[in-house]
Amino acid sequence: MSVLVDKNTRVVTQGITGKTGAFHTRACREYGTQMVAGVTPGKGGQDFEGIPLFDTVHEAKKQTGANVSIIYVPPPFAADAIMEAADADMDLVICITEGIPVLDMLKVATFMQGRRTRLIGPNCPGVITPGQAKIGIMPGFIHKPGRIGVVSRSGTLTYEAVFQLSALGMGQSTCIGIGGDPLNGTNFIDCLKMFNEDQDTDAVVMIGEIGGSAEVDAATWAKANMKKPIVSFIAGASAPPGRRMGHAGAIISGGDDTAEAKFKALSAAGIHIVRSPHEIGAKMQEVVGK
Amino acid sequence: MNLHEYQAKQVLRKFGLPILAGHLCYTPGEAEAAADQLGGGICVVKAQVHAGGRGKAGGVKLAKSASEARKHAESILGMTLVTPQTGAQGKLVRKIYVEAGCNIAKEYYLSILVDRAKRCVSLIASTEGGMEIEEVAHKTPEKILNVRVDARVGLQAYQTAKLALDLAIPLEARKHFSQVVAGLYKAFIESDLAMLEVNPLVLTKENTFVILDAKVALEDNAGFRQKAIHDMMDYDEQDPRDLRAQKYGLNYVGLDGNIGCLVNGAGLAMATMDIIKAFGGEPANFLDVGGGATKENVTEAFRILLSDSKVKGILVNIFGGIMKCDVIATGIIEAAKEVGLKVPLVVRLQGTNVDLGRKMLAESGLAITPADTMDDAAKKIVSLAK
Repeated sequence: MSVLVDKNTRVVTQGITGKTGAFHTRACREYGTQMVAGVTPGKGGQDFEGIPLFDTVHEAKKQTGANVSIIYVPPPFAADAIMEAADADMDLVICITEGIPVLDMLKVATFMQGRRTRLIGPNCPGVITPGQAKIGIMPGFIHKPGRIGVVSRSGTLTYEAVFQLSALGMGQSTCIGIGGDPLNGTNFIDCLKMFNEDQDTDAVVMIGEIGGSAEVDAATWAKANMKKPIVSFIAGASAPPGRRMGHAGAIISGGDDTAEAKFKALSAAGIHIVRSPHEIGAKMQEVVGK
Repeated sequence: MNLHEYQAKQVLRKFGLPILAGHLCYTPGEAEAAADQLGGGICVVKAQVHAGGRGKAGGVKLAKSASEARKHAESILGMTLVTPQTGAQGKLVRKIYVEAGCNIAKEYYLSILVDRAKRCVSLIASTEGGMEIEEVAHKTPEKILNVRVDARVGLQAYQTAKLALDLAIPLEARKHFSQVVAGLYKAFIESDLAMLEVNPLVLTKENTFVILDAKVALEDNAGFRQKAIHDMMDYDEQDPRDLRAQKYGLNYVGLDGNIGCLVNGAGLAMATMDIIKAFGGEPANFLDVGGGATKENVTEAFRILLSDSKVKGILVNIFGGIMKCDVIATGIIEAAKEVGLKVPLVVRLQGTNVDLGRKMLAESGLAITPADTMDDAAKKIVSLAK
């Protein structure tokens, strides 16, 4: 099993002929992922190193049976790319692009309501099920197949956690980078739900950051529903309070989005917290008893 | 990214919003001339710095004549304004805005922003204008109204009508209120603002509304389609280290500690600061070189760290994904040779091309302390920087 992606996943790259899209499409193919199509408007009928190119996601899906899309399209066009993939009824859309204007993502968020397509990201490293499929920009070789699920808002900090797990002999079922943007497609709770129901996941590492209420919401959900242990770290305890000009944001969020407040909420929900990032692997080892 | 009050008002004026006449001034003489041009009656002299709480700190003063405006300008220009939002070091006032006065009957609060959790645009309003809105929210949360706008359809007339009633706006002023709120919403959307705050929104004795103070924060990601507004940015208001970092696509925040950090990725950068603290040290900065940094970016990042006299040691923590460890190594070696490595340097490399990167550092002839893990790296730099 695993969640979201596996060896049967067929991937279309949107923005395949750009520098980043080309580089990572190659890397994903080398990892063994089925990279079956690319989309670049105006290049339909051509190919990218043997991968057929199409003008639209609809066409790519029809011709290749692609069910997951990964997006490297530049920020001005990324929101449109996400909506196109959702309109083509993809199972999953993973948006790597960083720097999409928030009002564009607000449009995307409302557009996705009522559709079955799941969005991961934007501004995320992607999803990997070690040994089966790597759909994203993470270094594949640090991962090992296994039974720990990983979900994180951060990119490189996730690699750090995975590195620690692998070094201690704990492989991963699936690692999901949900992205650093405040308006994202999939949140912690969505991922915890999937891991909770996945027969091949024994425990979960959840890595959060200061800001927003996603971690506290996840803690509330986990307390009532999660059957598997969670190890969690929140980055940013040492960050000084941001230099803000207005105050309206704090009013909406309730203002309690510090690392300390999040650690407290996680702890109260029975989640195993670590206060220093180097303890993630060791704490998980202690929790799963290996 | 923030704008000055006078710039925010320039933006809003384009949407036909009620802004009083005013002039930007750099000298007391200009202030006197501006006051004359405004009719020579009551006017307000306002310090233009990126911070709220200017009034209480003495940065906003009422003048009854042009000569009084000159006097106020003399005292405000060149002063260092310290408000709860500037920090203890305060902000130097380089320019002032001289604005016409108005007959205030009542003050309201109104702001617009994206509510990320609820996935909508929110209008926050209150009858308690001119106050610290956080304090109002804390003490009397019932006085904070929140109107949620569906991004697909935009602000609807019934919503402004209801808000006018909820704020007990007098009947004679409701129509203008609705026009102003609709105009502010349009300005927020069409200018890609991250936040628009009007405090106070003034109801005059003539039953019309005036935007007396306005704060605007720009959405950084929308720079590509809001060039005119983003070009307004006042570089004087920014930390020169931050500016230099921005030029090279680096995400830098200067702090007060003595251990400089160079990290890829914001999450890992924060985690690196956390672990330095956990082992008893104090980070001198947050520095995320980004995912796709080049040799030039890394070299510049290193220069910024080495130019900070507070820095007694540097920790480089790189987990190579897109970024290759040998690229980082090249940047470190070039910068260290060029600027001169006067402080201890601990480097922890992991990920793509790690062996090559480590080999290059080892063979560089520079005094670099290698580390295998994050905790190993943090322990080493904390003891070396003491």
